[in-house]
Amino acid sequence: MKALHKIISSVKPHFEEGGKLAKFWVVFDSLETFTFTPGHVTNNGSHIRDGIDLKRTMFLVIVALLPALLFGTWNIGDQYFSSIGESADLFEKLMVGAFKVIPLIIVSYGVGLGIEFFFAAKRGHGINEGFLVSGMLIPLVMPVDVPLWMVAVAVAFAVIIGKEVFGGTGMNIVNIALTSRAFLFFAYPKQMSGEIWIHDVAASKGGGMLVDGTTGATALGYLASTVGKVTDTPAVQGVMNMFADGGMFSLHNCLLGTIPGSIGETSVIAILLGAIILIVTGIGSLRIMGSFLVGGLVMGLIFNLLGLNGFMMLDPFHQIVIGGFMFGMVFMATDPVTASTTNTGKLIYGFLGGFFSIMIRVFNPAYPEGVMMAVLFMNVMAPMIDHYVLQANINRRQKRLQNI
Amino acid sequence: MSRIQRIKKGADIRLEGRPAETVSEAPSAQIYAVKPPDFVGVVTKLDVRAGDSVKAGSTLFCDKKKPSVKYSSPVAGTVKEIVRGAKRRILAIEIEADSENSYVDFGVLDVSKSNRDQLLSRVLESGMFPFFRQRPFDVVANPDDLPRSIHISAFDSSPLAASTVVALDGRLADFQNGIDALAKLAGDGGVHLGLRSSDTTLASIGNCQITYFDGPHPSGNVGVQIHHTAPLNKGEMVWTISPQDVANLGALLTSGKYIPTRVVACGGSECKHPQHVLTLSGASISSIVDVPSKSQNGHQVRVISGSPLTGDQISKDGYLGAHHFAIALLPEGHDPKFLLTSGWLSLGLGRFSLSKAFFSWLMPKSKEWTLDTNMGGEERAFVVSGQYEKVFPMDIHPVHLVKSIIVNDIDSMEKLGIYEVSPEDFALCEYGCTSKIPVQKIVREGLDNLRNELG
Repeated sequence: MKALHKIISSVKPHFEEGGKLAKFWVVFDSLETFTFTPGHVTNNGSHIRDGIDLKRTMFLVIVALLPALLFGTWNIGDQYFSSIGESADLFEKLMVGAFKVIPLIIVSYGVGLGIEFFFAAKRGHGINEGFLVSGMLIPLVMPVDVPLWMVAVAVAFAVIIGKEVFGGTGMNIVNIALTSRAFLFFAYPKQMSGEIWIHDVAASKGGGMLVDGTTGATALGYLASTVGKVTDTPAVQGVMNMFADGGMFSLHNCLLGTIPGSIGETSVIAILLGAIILIVTGIGSLRIMGSFLVGGLVMGLIFNLLGLNGFMMLDPFHQIVIGGFMFGMVFMATDPVTASTTNTGKLIYGFLGGFFSIMIRVFNPAYPEGVMMAVLFMNVMAPMIDHYVLQANINRRQKRLQNI
Repeated sequence: MSRIQRIKKGADIRLEGRPAETVSEAPSAQIYAVKPPDFVGVVTKLDVRAGDSVKAGSTLFCDKKKPSVKYSSPVAGTVKEIVRGAKRRILAIEIEADSENSYVDFGVLDVSKSNRDQLLSRVLESGMFPFFRQRPFDVVANPDDLPRSIHISAFDSSPLAASTVVALDGRLADFQNGIDALAKLAGDGGVHLGLRSSDTTLASIGNCQITYFDGPHPSGNVGVQIHHTAPLNKGEMVWTISPQDVANLGALLTSGKYIPTRVVACGGSECKHPQHVLTLSGASISSIVDVPSKSQNGHQVRVISGSPLTGDQISKDGYLGAHHFAIALLPEGHDPKFLLTSGWLSLGLGRFSLSKAFFSWLMPKSKEWTLDTNMGGEERAFVVSGQYEKVFPMDIHPVHLVKSIIVNDIDSMEKLGIYEVSPEDFALCEYGCTSKIPVQKIVREGLDNLRNELG
């Protein structure tokens, strides 16, 4: 590796101040520090340092996302072939998926990192690694057939308005990936609903290739249609049967993830694999994930008790394995920048996040997914939760003073 | 009455080259130095010039703002040089030792028969006083204050630290005498002694309140101990002093001589004979330990006066710091680390980490690590949360306190508990910080700013 380092060192002067390519210093610097952790040494203070840095942290989150990414890729193919009633092998399914997913990833990283480079050069600091994760999360929360130009616009919006205007990585108030998702949802509501959850479902329908009964709607889409209707009508019963054993959205299928939905959100098992990686390495907060789960279950249970419509009557465990609940819990709510930063705050933040996810989902079926809204809402509330946790600590200290 | 306090948060960093529990006497150094920057808060007013001859205990300089606080020469000899830095700030007063040591005779003082004023004036004139530090602010104490209590941590939990049991071996009578003197200097709160729960040698010490501490570093930090025994409130003031200086104080009162003895732990992966060495405060490093010219892997060797977590980087011909009881020799980490072999994509079996992001956590707990001085990454904004909290055993929110210091919000700093902390309490936070934030420097600046603001 000495040889590689020599090459890098030999071209370095061109990028330094006064060199021909000084404008591209940021690009050079990020590539150099990407390949070699620099030989910077400590000055005073702690002379020895932990090997962990932001690159390692972000890399591990990407590793944790891989199961969901791989499964999602396969599931695109699986959904496509079953929608047109053809059987296909593993490779064919993966190919169909890769054909959809890889362009999404390229667009997401290309646009996002491009903007990051621009701002880093403008501000004269190194590239922050934050977008490495956001850039991977964004494709995973997209529907399969979302137009690429929309993704590009959404990423640009999220990175510029969601992050850079606040000062870059570490300074943003709301989650970047969810900002892009929310942007699409509100800017292009027509294109972001309906027949986009299964690859080419509209074309297949037009060509008369679609298997009978396939509509391409998600579990939440079906459930939303039961709201406001009497539970014993045949339409509602039909939907509820889909969630029973052997139905399209049976607990088994939802856990496995062989259902339509955003690319990365369907498989609970793949997501939980990622959760294990995050928890074992200590990078994802178990406090947030745990309380988020409890919050969702509690709300699901309350709805069960009310039982006003089909949606509410769904078993709480079934409730949390459909839609983006699990994905939001493991990868969105745990974003350390936008979550609560105090330990007590994390418990409150997580619980309310899970609670509101289910509440919004059921009360406002115009939003097909409540998790996005709930996490964004809690992102905004997180500083206030922390404020009260800190205030409690301050009060404890003042009380101690009065007790003397 | 003694009680056991369990500290759960924290971490022990086991470094290679732990000093053996043997003490060897260092040959007397040719040159000693007293370094004013070691004493935070002092404004130096010199009493000597280059060429003056001094005895052990002669005043070298005093504090311009508090002339009664005198700083003494550790040995007899000739003032060789006044070393100055930028803006003519005095960095060190170097003394070339005579072959025969001679002492200023301060006279014997029986602690039981003397009152606080007598004791205090003896401590001041002899030059022992600067070894007292005060909380809040972690600066040299003010002799005009009556401290609520005096706190001593009788064990150092930081990596490669000196063992107090080894250092005080045979000096228990001096130590007890010193504690008795402190009991008269302290206010109503008395003297608090923090012991490791396994320590039986100092358990017989009386005239003080003993608390046993159990748990990883920083349980030996006096600030952590104060927080768990008698927390410091706004407007209160306590003094702290190291156990070795307590023994030195006891000896001063019985012999009348100022002898700032130091039992120093010499360790680190580049130290050939890791052991304890008996010397004096301010002794030259070369007299205490052999510094190899190259580390085992061919790098430069860093000499640290003090702990690897909190000490000062000094040159090979530097001097032991006033508050330091350890010297660590570590390899410099100038080598860039390639991403796959040792950088951020590596398995990381050889990289000790407080997180579990590297597989080094699978190694046995008893493994001793060789760490170099590489930063291990670049400085970033705060991103990760919950990291500091894991190694900060106080009921204080460390990240929020540090953030309030960064934006210089004095009101928040006070509310969030800045009066209880000193930079050393944040050493592990700084060690394990993903964003490589210089926390100790920030805390020191915050304390200084706050002290200036309060006048």
